[in-house]
Amino acid sequence: MIALENIVKKYGPTVAVDGVSLTVAQGEIFGLVGPDGAGKTSIIRILTGILAPTAGRLSVLGAANPEDVKDRLGYVPQKFSLYGDLTVMENIRVLGALYGQGAAEIEQRAAAILAFTNLLPFKDRLADNLSGGMKQKLALAAGLMHRPQLFFLDEPTTGVDPVSRREFWQMLYRLNKEGTTVFVSTPYMDEAELCTRVAFMHNGRIVACDSPQGLRRAYPHKVLELATAEKSIKNLLAGCRLLDINPFGDKYHLVADDAAAATAEVGAALAAVGVPVASLAEVPPTLEDVFVALASEVA
Amino acid sequence: MYAVETTGLTRKFGDFTAVDNVSLHIRQGSIYGFLGPNGSGKTTVIRMLCGLLAPTAGGGRVLGLDIAADSEAIKHQIGYMSQKFSLYDDLTVDENLAFYAGMYSLPREREQERIAAMLALAGLEKRRRELVAGLSGGWKQRLALGCSILHNPPILFLDEPTGGVDPKSRRLFWDIIYDLSRQGTTVMVTTHFMDEAEHCDEIGFIFEGTLLTSDSPTNLKKSLPGSLLAIPTPEPMALLAELEAGGRPYLDVYPFGASLHVLAAPDKVDAFAAYRPAVIPPSLEDIFVYLVKSHRKEAVA
Repeated sequence: MIALENIVKKYGPTVAVDGVSLTVAQGEIFGLVGPDGAGKTSIIRILTGILAPTAGRLSVLGAANPEDVKDRLGYVPQKFSLYGDLTVMENIRVLGALYGQGAAEIEQRAAAILAFTNLLPFKDRLADNLSGGMKQKLALAAGLMHRPQLFFLDEPTTGVDPVSRREFWQMLYRLNKEGTTVFVSTPYMDEAELCTRVAFMHNGRIVACDSPQGLRRAYPHKVLELATAEKSIKNLLAGCRLLDINPFGDKYHLVADDAAAATAEVGAALAAVGVPVASLAEVPPTLEDVFVALASEVA
Repeated sequence: MYAVETTGLTRKFGDFTAVDNVSLHIRQGSIYGFLGPNGSGKTTVIRMLCGLLAPTAGGGRVLGLDIAADSEAIKHQIGYMSQKFSLYDDLTVDENLAFYAGMYSLPREREQERIAAMLALAGLEKRRRELVAGLSGGWKQRLALGCSILHNPPILFLDEPTGGVDPKSRRLFWDIIYDLSRQGTTVMVTTHFMDEAEHCDEIGFIFEGTLLTSDSPTNLKKSLPGSLLAIPTPEPMALLAELEAGGRPYLDVYPFGASLHVLAAPDKVDAFAAYRPAVIPPSLEDIFVYLVKSHRKEAVA
C-alpha cells in the first residue's frame, strides 16, 4: 500500500527527513514513533501529498503522487481544523460537501460514523464546547466520511486522557478489522504496542522497524525492575555498573548487561545505606525501555 | 502548612459549571498531581489559583494570599507553565530568558545569575545563542520551565507540561521537578501520563468539575473493588474483543500496553484461569480508568 525509497525532505539547510525507506502492507496498523522534531509529521505530509519530497521515490496505493489517489486516503492532522462555531453535525456536513458527496449520502454516512464514534448524543453541540477527547473523535469521524482505504493519523491522542485514548484505539482497531490500513504516529509507547509494526524515527532517519515483539527481542540489554520508596536512587547507585537508570511509573528500570551481577551489586549498594527494597528482579523489556535505549544510542 | 487551600471553589461559564465546589489542600513542598479527563476543569482550577480567573463562588488561598482579593500579589509569587510553551520563536534562548527576567523585574546583577542558573538547569548552556524556532520539543519544554521559575517562586503550577514530548525528555524534565521539590518548591502539575502521576506525593482526581478524591498514590491504589489481572498477549485488541463477546464475569476489561487488564471480583478470578493471568497491583493508570468509568456509570458495577 505504501512504499518509500530513500525519501529526503529539506527545508532550506535543515534536513527533516534523511533517506527514509519503508513499506506498509494492506491491513496493517503501522506506528511511527520518535522524539519531537524527528520528522514524523513530514513523513505523513509527504505520504498524503501535502508536501513534495526533495528526493526519493514513493508509491501510495500504487500512485507516485498521493494527490492522484487522495479520494481513497483519510488524514487526521495534529491540529485538526474544526469550525468551533458549527455543531458536530454541521462540521461533518461541510467535510462531506468538500469531498463532493450528495446530501443524502452525507446524512447516511454521518449517521453511521457518529454512531461508530459514540458522538451521536453530541451531534448538535458546538465543536468549541467539546472536550479534547471528543474533538479528536470528531476529527476521526471527519476523516472517515469518504470511506478511505488508507488512513493517516498524526499524534491523534496527544493531550487525550487514558480512557478516551483507549476508546480512540478501539475505534482504530475496529476500522482496521473492517479493512482500513492505518498509519499512525504517537508519543505513547503503550499505543505502539497495539500496532502490527512500529518504526522508530530519530533525526530524520528510521533507526529501527519491526513488530513490537521483534523490537523487544532485539533489545541488547537486560532490565531490572526496582521497587523502593527511596527517591534519590540515581545518586545511591552511581557506583554500580549500570548502563542507565530510569524512573518507570512508581518503580525504576535499571539497565545492565549482566542481570545477575547487577542485581547483586544494586542489592548490596542499597543495603549498605539502609534503603529498604520492596522488590528487585529482572523483567522483560517494554517498548518504552526499547525506545529510551534507541534514543540514547543515536543521540 | 498548606501552600494551597480552597473551600467550595466554583466557577461557572453561563449555565455551565466548569468547577463545582472544589475544596483541596496542598502541603508546602509537596508535588501534587491533578488528574482528570479532558474538559473536567483542571485548567480552570489552575487559572483561578494563579489569579488569572475569578471564582464565581467559594475561594481559596495560595501562599496565604486570597485568590480573589490578592490576585495581583499572587501573580508575582508563582511560577506558571501552560500547555503551550509561551516562548518567542524568533528570539534566542538567551533573549527569551532576558525577556522574562524583565517581566519579573529582576535586578540587573540577579538577572545574570538567575539566567545562568536556568541555562544550567535546562542543560541549554551550549545553545544559548540559538533561535528557539530550531529547538526540539524537549529543549523548548525545559526552556519554558526555566522562564517560569527565573524569579525563584515558592510554588510552581504546571499545566500539561509534557504533552507531545518524547519519553527521554519527559524523564529529564521530571528529574528537574524532583530537584525543585527537594529544594522546597511546591509543585502542582496536571498530566495525562499516569507514570508521571506516580511521582507525585498526592493526587487529586477531578471529574466533571467535582473533586472525587485526593490522596497518596499508595492509598488510591487500595480503592479498586476487586482483583486486577494482567493477561500478556501479542494482540491485546483481539483478546479484548474475545472477552467482550464471551460473557465472562469481569467488572472491566481494557488494553494495557502488551497485555489486557481484567478487573474481577475476587471470587471470580478463577473464571479467567484459561488465559493464565497474573494478579498484579494496580497502577495509577488502572485507578484512573476505574474512577472515570465508575463515575460515568458504565462497565464497572
